[in-house]
Amino acid sequence: MAKSSATKDAQALFHSLRSAYAATPTNLKIIDLYVVFAISTALIQVVYMALVGSFPFNSFLSGVLSCIGTAVLAVCLRIQVNKENKEFKDLPPERAFADFVLCNLVLHLVIMNFLG
Amino acid sequence: MEKATDLFSLKSLKLKTKQQELLLRISILGLVYILAFITRLFSVLRYESMIHEFDPYFNYRTTLYLTQKGFYDFWNWFDSESWYPLGRIIGGTLYPGLMVTAAFIYWTLRFLRFAVHIREVCVLTAPFFASNTTLVAYFFGKELWDSGAGLVAAALIAICPGYISRSVAGSYDNEGVAIFALLLTFYLFVKAVKTGSLAWSLASAFGYFYMVSAWGGYVFIINLIPLYVLVLLVVGRYSMRLYVAYNCMYILGMLLAMQIRFVGFQHVQSGEHMAAMGVFFLMQVFYFLDWLKHLLNDQKLFQAFLRITLTCAISVGAIALGVGTASGYISPWTGRFYSLLDPTYAKDHIPIIASVSEHQPTAWSSFMFDFHILLILFPAGLYFCFKRLSDATIFIVMYGLTSMYFAGVMVRLILVATPAVCLISAIAVSATIKNLSQLVRTKAKPTQGGSGKGTTSTKASSKGALDRSLPYQRNGAIALLVGAFYLLTRYAIHCTWVTSEAYSSPSIVLAARGAHGNRVIFDDYREAYYWLRQNTPQDAKVMSWWDYGYQITAMGNRTVIVDNNTWNNTHIATVGRAMSSYEDEAYEIMRSLDVDYVLVVFGGVTGYSSDDINKFLWMVRIGGGVFPVIKEPDYLVNGEYRVDKGAAPKMLNCLMYKLSYYRFGELTTEYGQPPGYDRARGVEIGNKDIKLEYLEEAFTTSNWIVRIYKVKPPKNRW
Repeated sequence: MAKSSATKDAQALFHSLRSAYAATPTNLKIIDLYVVFAISTALIQVVYMALVGSFPFNSFLSGVLSCIGTAVLAVCLRIQVNKENKEFKDLPPERAFADFVLCNLVLHLVIMNFLG
Repeated sequence: MEKATDLFSLKSLKLKTKQQELLLRISILGLVYILAFITRLFSVLRYESMIHEFDPYFNYRTTLYLTQKGFYDFWNWFDSESWYPLGRIIGGTLYPGLMVTAAFIYWTLRFLRFAVHIREVCVLTAPFFASNTTLVAYFFGKELWDSGAGLVAAALIAICPGYISRSVAGSYDNEGVAIFALLLTFYLFVKAVKTGSLAWSLASAFGYFYMVSAWGGYVFIINLIPLYVLVLLVVGRYSMRLYVAYNCMYILGMLLAMQIRFVGFQHVQSGEHMAAMGVFFLMQVFYFLDWLKHLLNDQKLFQAFLRITLTCAISVGAIALGVGTASGYISPWTGRFYSLLDPTYAKDHIPIIASVSEHQPTAWSSFMFDFHILLILFPAGLYFCFKRLSDATIFIVMYGLTSMYFAGVMVRLILVATPAVCLISAIAVSATIKNLSQLVRTKAKPTQGGSGKGTTSTKASSKGALDRSLPYQRNGAIALLVGAFYLLTRYAIHCTWVTSEAYSSPSIVLAARGAHGNRVIFDDYREAYYWLRQNTPQDAKVMSWWDYGYQITAMGNRTVIVDNNTWNNTHIATVGRAMSSYEDEAYEIMRSLDVDYVLVVFGGVTGYSSDDINKFLWMVRIGGGVFPVIKEPDYLVNGEYRVDKGAAPKMLNCLMYKLSYYRFGELTTEYGQPPGYDRARGVEIGNKDIKLEYLEEAFTTSNWIVRIYKVKPPKNRW
């Protein structure tokens, strides 16, 4: 009984989420896709590490952190360019994107140094 | 002087009020910048341009190496001159920030054709960074309150004794640049939270990187910032800006910090850094839920969703932490960290931390000595911060309170608290003086108030209306203003006095007042180290207590058994055991360590109290911690530590006693006292007839402060 209500809840939740998400602008959807891709890459690496071992630990870390960092930075970009966020209405999307590129540049330069 | 300039420029250039204010602000800041530098030069004027104390000598030696051999050799340096026979991988076991900074300044000056010696650069690095800190303090204060508070903060921090104690000229230590980096990181982070910009966040990550490269105190940052974020989340002041600022700073800062080899993987492995990671994940979950809530717009559905995800997330996090800790992947907290949370921990478990005087709990007097009026202004500033709560003031309040706690636990952490105390006090001073002067000015020139800013004038006029009911308000305000200025003057006088009297002695050259009030200089340390450099074989190994290790390698250029980098407790305990054993047992230990010379510091002739006899109980404790044959009660009589006739027999015959007091029984040190009178402890020594069998006296400096003995080679027949 309890289980069926839980699944019902989950179904209703899923539906309403889907319908709500459909209204998101396309550029944000693209960013979301990018984030999902980055996170799944990170997960694959973690699973691989669990199976094979983490021997060159810096390589593993740089791989995972590269993905997580990319995802986090993309989420930040998404927050900044989202029109609904009133906190960032003074920030032009060009500036947000430039910051994003700069941070990514630093991130990946450090990653390259760390890969070893 | 400034006023005159202003009037002049007002007439000729017709500057507007805003421009005048800017000019005034820049000139004050410039003066503060210079003041911060020159107030730290007392030590150079009193003594000479020299490196102070213990750790700075190591930093100086490594900087010298860096400038001579280049960065790659420095990075891969294996030092065989210390920790004989183990050696030390210098490049991987130090924070290179300070050395690289000094070398960079040196190379820049050389490039600009200033032929300076690297020593001068090292001596002046700390004052230079103190000056830069005042600039950061100004901007931080401006961010927190207004530019007036910023100026006051800059002025307060420029001369605050708590900071000067670690940044006088010659005190070439990590803290000198680290406080600058610390404040810069905090400032940039607060700025990032305020603007929500990735660029500021990136800048604060770089500030963090510099801090990590300079000082182990970075752990404070990596715990304070998550704590701050957590508090904001809990009290519901979270915003999207906070997400941007923290996550970008954490990921990039962590990644950058991993490039420092000494820190390495600690950000993902050690318990001290787990709080930051936990908050990072918590934040992802929290904001994801927040976003879903926003998306769903339906309370009931969201509640159901929340139940499912929250239980999942918490259990996954708990399992991960549990497995990580149990499997040893996440290392537990280190002793130093424990001793911060529990002040009595070090005393019971780690004598090597407890033995350092700067790790002792702080006394009230030293708070007063280092902060003076700031101690009173600090609570007032907290009041003002709470009155005008914003993200930035919450940060400074948390920084102030946590660092005050740590300052109470360890003397040397007063340094970390100093910037916060200065900033919060500056808010108090600035806000008070502003209110008072507004009161004074509205009464005097009621028309003038109208030409200022709109908000000020309305406030002022409302206050003016209030004034009529309080007839003595203006006089009271004037009196309070005078009082405030009196206090600030006292502060300035106190700071200058403390700097010149207490914090400017290099401790390697000692000064005392002679019988006629003249200054007597004891330069025995350098005398001894130069003797070692000139008169002993290149590969001689010197055994001494670890305090003098850095100085012997840097100035004497000889190999030492242990030094101030206390990474191997057993090795230090071996030396402690040798010092506290009888001569024949000690000889065996010294033979096994290949010791050629033994160096002891002795203050019995000059009355210099921080000598080896006074440190001796720590040697016994540290030695006894590893080798149970050494027992502390053997050296005490009824729990009392004494060196006179009533001393314990083991005390009277141990190596340290013999080496310190050898031939001392023949010497009359003070008029009206028997020979062998120890002026540091004020007693006549108990064993005047000391015979050395396995060692011989090699050198004793002119004031007997440093005594060096040669270990005899073994007899060829027995």
